[in-house]
Amino acid sequence: MVKVIFFASIREDLGLNETEMAIDGVSTVADLVKSLVACHGAKWSEALNRENTLVAVNQTMVDYQHVIHFGDEVAFFPPVTGG
Amino acid sequence: MHIKISVQVAAFDVGDETRELGRVSNQVGAITSFTGLVRDINENTGVSGLFLEHYPGMTEKQIAQIIAEAGERWQVLAVTVIHRVGELLPSEPIVFVGVASLHRGDAFNACEYIIDFLKTRAAFWKKEQSVDGPRWLTTRDSDVETAKTWRSTER
Repeated sequence: MVKVIFFASIREDLGLNETEMAIDGVSTVADLVKSLVACHGAKWSEALNRENTLVAVNQTMVDYQHVIHFGDEVAFFPPVTGG
Repeated sequence: MHIKISVQVAAFDVGDETRELGRVSNQVGAITSFTGLVRDINENTGVSGLFLEHYPGMTEKQIAQIIAEAGERWQVLAVTVIHRVGELLPSEPIVFVGVASLHRGDAFNACEYIIDFLKTRAAFWKKEQSVDGPRWLTTRDSDVETAKTWRSTER
């Protein structure tokens, strides 16, 4: 399993702070997104495949081709607006 | 380098933070600081408040990385970054960046560098409450351009 967490507009659009997802074999972030969409439907596809959606694995920014492992923490969020 | 990073709900006192920076070493000859406040207007729309959230753990690591980069470019003795989260009202302080250095040039430059990258690289998100209802803000192109200019000014 991996822990999947959401922030800001993505969290609100999905109506969920976090979830867990099973992964098998060599999985990338893109594979994880496919599994999440298969589980939860089209709304998730829209939010997780937006052009500006960002992803971090274990709190480091990565891209959708990044390989994930059992126990990883994967976070999806929109561009940052702090300061 | 003395480093203090705090992501907090509570307000902060600019005077207290500045005095603390002055006490880190007798070498300190200059302290610069930036304080960001909640504006009551944004893109011509009245703003009644902000909600800020962050990614606990990752946000603090990103701030530490930005401070480390500033420390490589300029001679810096101490840095304090405080960023508030939660519900904030217009005119309330959101962010404080304070830099103590031997001389003012390094202190000014490091302070500006840190706030410029806080805006574009640290995991914070602002939701604005306005007369048109709530909306999540998007990254400002001007902030991205400002941060980019540091890349082309390697010392």
